[in-house]
Amino acid sequence: MRRETRVDRRLDGWVENRAASGWRPRVDLRQLWDFRELAMALARRDVKLRYRQTLLGVAWAVIQPLLAATIFAAILGRVIKVPSEGLPYIVFVYSGLCIWTYISTTVDATARSLVDKSELVRKIYFPRLLAPIAATLPGLIDFAISLVVLVVFMVLTGVAPGLAVLLVPVWIGATIAITFTVGMTLAALNVEYRDVRYALGFLVQIWLFASPVVYPSSLIDGWQRYVYALNPVVGVLDGFRWSAVGAPLPPAADLLGIVTTVLVFIGGLVYFRRAERRFADVI
Amino acid sequence: MANTVIEVRDVSKRYRLGTENLPYRTIREAVLGWIGRSSSGETEMRDVWALRSVDLAINEGSVVGIIGRNGAGKTTLLKILCRITEPTTGVARMRGRVGALLEVGTGFHPELTGRENVFLNGAILGMGKAEIRRKFDEIVTFADIERFLDTPVKRYSSGMHMRLAFAVAAHFEPEILIVDEVLAVGDVAFQKKSLGKMDEVAREGRTVVFVSHNLAAVESLCERGILIDRGRIVEDGHARDVVSRYVRSFGAGSVERVWRDSEKAPGTDTIKLHSARVRPDGGSPFDPITTRTPIVLEFEYSNVEPGAFLNLSLHLFNEQGVLVLNAAPVEEKNWYGRPYPSGLVRDSCRLPGDLLNDGTYRVELLVVKHQTEVVYRDDEILMFEVRDEPDEQGIYGGRWQGVVRPRVKWKTNIHPIE
Repeated sequence: MRRETRVDRRLDGWVENRAASGWRPRVDLRQLWDFRELAMALARRDVKLRYRQTLLGVAWAVIQPLLAATIFAAILGRVIKVPSEGLPYIVFVYSGLCIWTYISTTVDATARSLVDKSELVRKIYFPRLLAPIAATLPGLIDFAISLVVLVVFMVLTGVAPGLAVLLVPVWIGATIAITFTVGMTLAALNVEYRDVRYALGFLVQIWLFASPVVYPSSLIDGWQRYVYALNPVVGVLDGFRWSAVGAPLPPAADLLGIVTTVLVFIGGLVYFRRAERRFADVI
Repeated sequence: MANTVIEVRDVSKRYRLGTENLPYRTIREAVLGWIGRSSSGETEMRDVWALRSVDLAINEGSVVGIIGRNGAGKTTLLKILCRITEPTTGVARMRGRVGALLEVGTGFHPELTGRENVFLNGAILGMGKAEIRRKFDEIVTFADIERFLDTPVKRYSSGMHMRLAFAVAAHFEPEILIVDEVLAVGDVAFQKKSLGKMDEVAREGRTVVFVSHNLAAVESLCERGILIDRGRIVEDGHARDVVSRYVRSFGAGSVERVWRDSEKAPGTDTIKLHSARVRPDGGSPFDPITTRTPIVLEFEYSNVEPGAFLNLSLHLFNEQGVLVLNAAPVEEKNWYGRPYPSGLVRDSCRLPGDLLNDGTYRVELLVVKHQTEVVYRDDEILMFEVRDEPDEQGIYGGRWQGVVRPRVKWKTNIHPIE
């Protein structure tokens, strides 16, 4: 009967609490897995709360990117005539916004994940990484809905993807990885430095302009293309458009985004693991 | 044979204060710190050791009560045992599932329904979904909220909220249970329920570490007591002995206080306390006070501002934090409402016997100017213990319930049926 209560599985072993030392971040994946029900419970809470007491409910998941896409299509597509890799501009921009809406809202939610749960951080034990992990989940529902709408668009405009469509899950996975990496790092910084809260909106805006959401990445060339590709969202958007809506195959330069992501991930994780010892004391 | 399940070795915990009004830093400060300028004054850190070289071993199945004054380090020790915070030095090791109840209803969300909150709160405490589902009916029955299960918790009364939160906590069954005194809040019925549940848990042979100000609860629930003072374990033994030593230790410091050095005496620029004491009427401060005894509270202070309109006001709190009474000299005939000349003021206040129930009482002192303005406040100027008359245990042998203990006149008439 008691067996179902969550804890560390090392039943006969001891669990230790001591001052950590060293720089190498150790992540106990098994322990994270043991706490998965908590992550799901927190994610479920966020999903339930998100549209509670709203008139339109889940429709917001469609309305937000749709409205943005329409405005961009009207101004950038019609008036300024931004190129769109030979695709109808609305499909081009909406496919980008599916990814971007997830990134921008989820980075924000993830960055706030620890501070918003300060009550939990102070009162119960859980692997602290669980908070940013749980925060990346609720946005996936909106993401999925927006992908359904994308399919509708493609059908209406007669855009068909090739075999590369099989790689769509890879790009979705990469999107989540990038979002988590940035969000987790910011979450840890946010506990100690609330500056993050103010910087975040600005950062997300810059990031939007530095990513090929409303314009194609092919506008940038030469050595600048390599610098540009350091932004991992460039590769993800190019790859996703290639797979999902039949845009051209992205250049190899886009792989540079992996380097940035891995570096930020390692740096963020080291910082997170070092800072988490103080979370309960300073949050 | 008893196995050790909690082992604490040489644990110390340091908190850095100095940024009290600003719990988190800004990047600017951090940057200034890195380039070595923050040591120039305003952001200087002060180290406070909440725990110092604590060693402790707890056996499987034992129920241990931790007592001590506010700020002694009890909660810090609990937080280290449940791994919420890390020790600065030393190591704490636990064997088995550790469950922490530092608060009832952690993570309750007002917008979610009762049902949703049970699952959320259960998951937060550490219960699996299957486990909660199985205990769900039991929890709901215990909380007595069947009809409101699908109502958002924000529409609950505070009593319902509390009952539901406690019901979830009560059905949480880890091997090692760590409980802060948060369980002892709420109304008397709730406290009884929570203490009863603790007793049940203890009987089931689980290991329990329990922090409380409720000394009676520690005495009755725990076999072992640990007294913490200024971050160190100063007493460790039978709960009964540790509690009585603790009560005596406060006795020495808290039934009589005298400040000989006016520089260090509490007060304001114009008012300085000289002494404060509590004693049984006709006795001295160290004599025992029982529920029958009239109690005298005495305060001496000097006033250097001629013409000040002053009076004292006392608040008496019991160990549950209930404000039992407020006493002010409104019926005092000589000086109340008149300007005080400068000089030594001696105030005494007599509480009748047969008023307070047995327990520990805390006296808060307010010095009031012009009958409205509180110029000085000490929320723990005195502490005293009211004991039971030895022959006056209730007929059930337990504690008389209630905040007050007046002698009540009863009269029984029986008209027998012929």
